[in-house]
Amino acid sequence: MPRYYLLLLIAALLTGCGKPAQNPNNELTVRIGASAPLTGPQAHIGKDNESGTRMAIDDANTRGIVIGGRKIHFELISEDDQADPKTATIVAQKLVDSKVSGVIGHLNSGTTIPASRIYNDNGIVQISPSATAVAYTTQGFKTAFRVMANDAQQGLVLGQYATKNLGAAKIAVIDDQTGYGQGLADQFIKSAQANGATIVAHEYTNDKAYDFTAVLTKVKSKQPDLLFYAGMDPQAGPMAKQLKSLALNLKFLMGDGGYTPQFIKLAGDAAEGSYASLPGVPLAKMPGGSEFEKRFVAKYQPIQLYAPYCYDAVNVLIAAMQKADSVEPAKYLPALAAISYDGVTANIKFDAKGDLQGGAITLYQVKNGKWQALETLGTAGH
Amino acid sequence: METFLQQLINGLVQGSVYALVALGYTMVYGILGLINFAHGEVVMIGAMLAISSLNVLLGNGVSPLLALPLCAVIAMLGCMALGYGIERIAYRPLRHAPRLAPLITAIGVSIVLQNLAMMIWGRDYLPFPKFFSNNPHSFGGVIISDIQLLIFVLALTLMGLLLLLVQRTRLGRAMRAVAENQQAALLMGVDINRVISLTFMLGSALAALAGIMVSANYGLAHYYMGFLLGLKAFTAAVLGGIGNLKGAMLGGLVLGLIESLGAGYIGDLSGGFFGSNYQDVFAFFILIAVLVFRPSGLLGERIAERA
Repeated sequence: MPRYYLLLLIAALLTGCGKPAQNPNNELTVRIGASAPLTGPQAHIGKDNESGTRMAIDDANTRGIVIGGRKIHFELISEDDQADPKTATIVAQKLVDSKVSGVIGHLNSGTTIPASRIYNDNGIVQISPSATAVAYTTQGFKTAFRVMANDAQQGLVLGQYATKNLGAAKIAVIDDQTGYGQGLADQFIKSAQANGATIVAHEYTNDKAYDFTAVLTKVKSKQPDLLFYAGMDPQAGPMAKQLKSLALNLKFLMGDGGYTPQFIKLAGDAAEGSYASLPGVPLAKMPGGSEFEKRFVAKYQPIQLYAPYCYDAVNVLIAAMQKADSVEPAKYLPALAAISYDGVTANIKFDAKGDLQGGAITLYQVKNGKWQALETLGTAGH
Repeated sequence: METFLQQLINGLVQGSVYALVALGYTMVYGILGLINFAHGEVVMIGAMLAISSLNVLLGNGVSPLLALPLCAVIAMLGCMALGYGIERIAYRPLRHAPRLAPLITAIGVSIVLQNLAMMIWGRDYLPFPKFFSNNPHSFGGVIISDIQLLIFVLALTLMGLLLLLVQRTRLGRAMRAVAENQQAALLMGVDINRVISLTFMLGSALAALAGIMVSANYGLAHYYMGFLLGLKAFTAAVLGGIGNLKGAMLGGLVLGLIESLGAGYIGDLSGGFFGSNYQDVFAFFILIAVLVFRPSGLLGERIAERA
């Protein structure tokens, strides 16, 4: 009865999955989870995150780290959350079940927030490289950290920049109704209004859309001098294009979700002159930015967005493990909360909520088909 | 007023694409009584094929004016082969099976095609090579770009040609005969399999062109772009009366207008209670309303269930 053997084989495979592999030379395998959208419109950014994470893990394995007297082999478990909050919780449970020691992720705020509850319930440390929504760290979860300035900081700076530096008085806002887009739009509106601007329209789209002509036509009728889009590049790109084809002459400003080479590729000529912000300093000015970029590009592809932050997130996690001399989340969590680590993006220190202390925000503009850094604002702390 | 006219133009351009895709649904339904849910994916494959062949052609120094029609032909031929294949593999063996069976294979084909496209073309948005300037033309404040004008004119022309084909040619007569009664058509010497295959190929060719239009207009293509587009086109077909060609055309245009005017005005009309975030919901709200109040659609006739 060959079927019987097949069943046995499957059963053997299934039970084999749960155990971390033990190498003969007393090496301990430590699993690090990572989650980002690896399919769907944001797959290019998710892949970028995965590559950044993978590079850090490969580096750590080459360095040969010893924790608790045993040589550690780090293993990456990367899961696709499809930028979907529902899928994110399933993926989070899966990572918990495969006994990861820490999680780097997720990419979007909309997925990071629901997943963070599951990590917290299971006592697993989570460092998001890119979730910027304020709500992520205000849930009271001790396990939630991020290595990027949040939207309160980013929205504040963007609102100031739009009114003071770009001189906008009538502003239209479009958000993509995700955890990230909504939060950033709200913070931006608060800051812009505090600086004396009028919000003439607040419209919506979603993170799968590519036709914005109806919404933009409506925006046009309100005659704003600046449009702020809170969302990611798959929408921002075509939106910039449609702005041009509808002859809307205004300044186009985005948050970090628009700051990618893909935005320029999708928008074509229409990208020229668009503005975007990114928490942190420009890559060239990061402590280890240029060197990181050189190595990353040689190994993978040009950096899309958050790869350096993922790289730092892994390293800061490992640094905390080394400091606590343990890979148990419960043991190295206090060490992580108190850490001061010099990463490639910045010196990483967390405040009591798990937010990055003193995050800088840099503004960029597309000039000659490339993102060029304009100025860095909000460099508090350090 | 300018804004209203602009929303009207937006809606008509969008609607003409819906109409082209809706024709594919309606032709197949008219003949087989089957909803080909894989049709949206054919649109996507058409767009992908066009972009790939354009990149190759332009890379080899073919002049843009020649490359565009050439890539359209390649995409149409590719999609026609695909449409033929889908019918041959997924629907023909089930022609006499209960109605649910081909519906399920349709969904299966749709998933297979989406994943196949993801494997071939990757997960990123593919940019459409720059062809049309998005320099807008202004007519008294109303803006229309080259590509939008081209889409609208081309879509109307294609619909006209299709109507001529169905009403004036031998093939069209055969199609109508098969739609009326397959058994009787068979007895009259109509090669049913050939007519059905040709119907699928015709619908797929239109889908390929619609795919090119969408990706050229928005400057991108993506492996799941066919999903929502397909659903909306299906809604348009139902709105117009599924199985009815003129109904699909009307339904597409009406749906485009409703979406664009809805997104533009519902916020003001409802005092901010509903907003542009409901843009995609309109299509499906209409679908429900039509199914409840006028199941046969705008131009459809009430037909007694066939024995």
